[in-house]
Amino acid sequence: MSYLHLAIVSPLLFAIFIPFFHNGFRRVHTGWFALPLPILLFIYFLSFLPETMSQKTVMASLEWIPSLGMNFTAKVDGLGLLFALLISGIGALVILYSIYYLAKDKERLNHFYVYLLLFMGAMLGVVLSDNLIVMYAFWELTSFSSFLLIGYWYERERSRYGAQKSMLITVFGGLAMLGGIILLYVMTGTFSMTEIILSANQIFNHALFIPALLCILLGAFTKSAQFPFYIWLPDAMEAPTPVSAYLHSATMVKAGIYLVARFTPVFGESSVWFLLVGGVGLLTLIWGSFFAVKQTDLKAILAFSTVSQLGLIMSLLGVGAAALHFEALDDNIFTIAIMAAIFHLINHATFKGSLFMAAGIVDHETGTRDIRNLGGLIHLMPITFTVSLIGAFSMAGIPPFNGFLSKEMFFTAMIQVTEMNIFNLETWGILFPVLAWIASIFTFVYSMIFIFKTFTGKFQPEKLAKKPHEAPIGMLISPLILVSLVIIFGFFPNLLSNSLIAPAMAAILPNLLGAGDEFDVHIYFWHGPNLELLMTLGVMVLGYILFKTYPKWGNIYKRIPEGLSLNRLYDGLLKGSQTGSNKLMNRYMTGSIRSYLLYIFGFFIILLLGVLLRENAFKVDTSNVSDIGIYELVLVLFIAVGSISILFVKSRMTSIILLGSVGYTVSLFYVLFRAPDLALTQLVIETISVSLFLLCFYHLPKLRKLETRMRFRLTNAVISIGVGAVVTVIALSAHSNKLFDSISQYYVENTYVEAAGKNMVNVILVDFRGFDTLFEITVLAIASLGIFGMIKLKNRGKEG
Amino acid sequence: MEILMAFVIGILFMTATYLMLSRSLLRIIIGTGLLSHGAHLLILTMGGLKRGAAPILRDEIDTYTDPLPQALILTAIVISFGVTAFFLVLAYRSYKELGTDNVEEMRGTKPND
Repeated sequence: MSYLHLAIVSPLLFAIFIPFFHNGFRRVHTGWFALPLPILLFIYFLSFLPETMSQKTVMASLEWIPSLGMNFTAKVDGLGLLFALLISGIGALVILYSIYYLAKDKERLNHFYVYLLLFMGAMLGVVLSDNLIVMYAFWELTSFSSFLLIGYWYERERSRYGAQKSMLITVFGGLAMLGGIILLYVMTGTFSMTEIILSANQIFNHALFIPALLCILLGAFTKSAQFPFYIWLPDAMEAPTPVSAYLHSATMVKAGIYLVARFTPVFGESSVWFLLVGGVGLLTLIWGSFFAVKQTDLKAILAFSTVSQLGLIMSLLGVGAAALHFEALDDNIFTIAIMAAIFHLINHATFKGSLFMAAGIVDHETGTRDIRNLGGLIHLMPITFTVSLIGAFSMAGIPPFNGFLSKEMFFTAMIQVTEMNIFNLETWGILFPVLAWIASIFTFVYSMIFIFKTFTGKFQPEKLAKKPHEAPIGMLISPLILVSLVIIFGFFPNLLSNSLIAPAMAAILPNLLGAGDEFDVHIYFWHGPNLELLMTLGVMVLGYILFKTYPKWGNIYKRIPEGLSLNRLYDGLLKGSQTGSNKLMNRYMTGSIRSYLLYIFGFFIILLLGVLLRENAFKVDTSNVSDIGIYELVLVLFIAVGSISILFVKSRMTSIILLGSVGYTVSLFYVLFRAPDLALTQLVIETISVSLFLLCFYHLPKLRKLETRMRFRLTNAVISIGVGAVVTVIALSAHSNKLFDSISQYYVENTYVEAAGKNMVNVILVDFRGFDTLFEITVLAIASLGIFGMIKLKNRGKEG
Repeated sequence: MEILMAFVIGILFMTATYLMLSRSLLRIIIGTGLLSHGAHLLILTMGGLKRGAAPILRDEIDTYTDPLPQALILTAIVISFGVTAFFLVLAYRSYKELGTDNVEEMRGTKPND
């Protein structure tokens, strides 16, 4: 176990001690105990920077189940390190923020920090595991801990609903991803990501390639809230705000992004991948930004904005995968999409984290998050306003913040799509920049709504639950750090380029790099007047006009019928599957023995007849049969008439006598077929059985005709004739297909020699196959004990 | 003979099935009785009929009917007798307790009762 493994699981181990800290030091906020760990982890992960910057990968392996190829292999490359830094860095800031956000004496802090650390460890495991099964285990742990965090206030119904929804959707995707991993294993024979990438070329034409691709993408899309699986994210906003800031903006929702980036070298060359990742990303981008404008809850705006921005990153990854089609690195300008994706990933984590924290402060200080009740907070909360302003402007893509740079690069990448001469992009590729541009306009509008509806306009103190004032300084530290990063990355983007972006690009596009090559990442703040700048100007102008005229055109949202929403579909599916399975169950589980017997007999008939017909096995062979004597014919008539007339008699006495007569006829058959022992036993047993029937007869009521309805009798008749026919057919075919001789010759020869008996049947019963007899005696003993018990228990019950 | 027996066995199975699908407990038990007769005859028939003497060693005879199916049937007769006896007493007891021999009326209790 290396330090790296210890670092990955340290949050999980540390979580064990949180309840002890919580109970042992009641006067100290539990968050202070949790805080040092992510800071230490952040510093530890920073120490890997020199390694990844020189294109090295740190691997450490720990055996887990080596016989199945499942080992906990930790791998630190550019992409994993970038995520690890985000997770630990923002994790530290979020814990600091939560210390001031959650009250010490009102909240179950031990639960909160245990869940949060559980999540942090799981997330680190996802991004730093090289073995896909281990990665999947951590992946499900993130779903699970996210479920716990969303349902943190479990006494609220909305929290439980949101937690269940996110659990169902992400676990659905997670299981699909597991399927994809197994398919990859089938194709490559390894669970190791590194080795799968090495054999990417071989599996490209494999029949399972597309199914594996779809399964993996399903996992990524559900986790990263892509269309149409984004619906869990707005409902996950019931979680405490630090959780929303951490999980639902910066880390967990990017696990799907990570997955797509990680699998780009494997699947990227497929056109399906380009279409799905690029197309779904773009659709999510425009859908999320369009519906974000409609929201009135601050966190709902941010949730839809997150959906939209994740779509943006996803579409960039899709477009970037197309770069794999262009070999030479020197003139491969298409890699800019990947660069933009990574850059925006970092930027989004910074500004969205700060915006969530700002929304949490507003909620905390005013008691509401509804923008219809808010307004005019600019003078009361100037620092929060500044934080929100910078965050929102960066989100809208306004210079000089980092969002502007990544948005410009986004436009560049989208424009380049039209220049790619693959997949017919030269014709319909124009959709990419156009849709991206429209989505950016909506992004601008909701960013402005977020900031100006909250902080400017009329102050409405009567609608607020609390008297608002500026937040405590501790609560402001984390958002301030994040917005300063927004500004720093805005002005000095190249701080990131060689340290984080280039190594991450090398991890996503390993095949484009020759030995010793490096991606030349240089982000220009000003790149001259070009189309992208014009598009940004257009976004700002049009966005401003739309924002100002929002009351006029906002009505179009009301025109969209509520019934068409995806939430309605999800709820309907959930409810429908419940009532549907309930109905189905009630339909065939009637509780009546007759219907179950009908199923069993019906299935018996269909299965056996079907097999007989399919195998063409029916055969009658008369060469092997014995002759029919007159006695046998009489007995056959007796049995047939006797058993059939039982069906029609109305008196129970007659039916018992008929049953007895059938039994005695059977024993006569045994006489004719030379089975003296059988005849003897059958006679005795039949006599006892009939007496038993007569005993019960005394106590049972008269046989009534219970089958009054014709339909019942008809079904019964059809089924019973079917059973009889199948048995006859099988008996005939079985008799006509003798495959080998009987083993009985051995018994005939050895009965006297080995066992010193002359009655072969008896010798077989007590000597050759004595075990059968032993347990048949046991059966009789148990039956008699059971009968004795049933009768005795009755008496005791009456006495008691 | 074997072909004729196959039809006899088919009739026994048919009547047994019809009786087992009825609602009266007594008829169901009669049905199981017929079903076991059918099964026993089926075993015997499949072993081959009337080929040689009864399976008791005698000096002058060298072909016997197959003793193995007979041993199997003997075991089966005893077991089915035990089960039938148990079932009959069960029917008697359930009629005493529940006051009905109609299986459609034996629905157990509702979950909330």
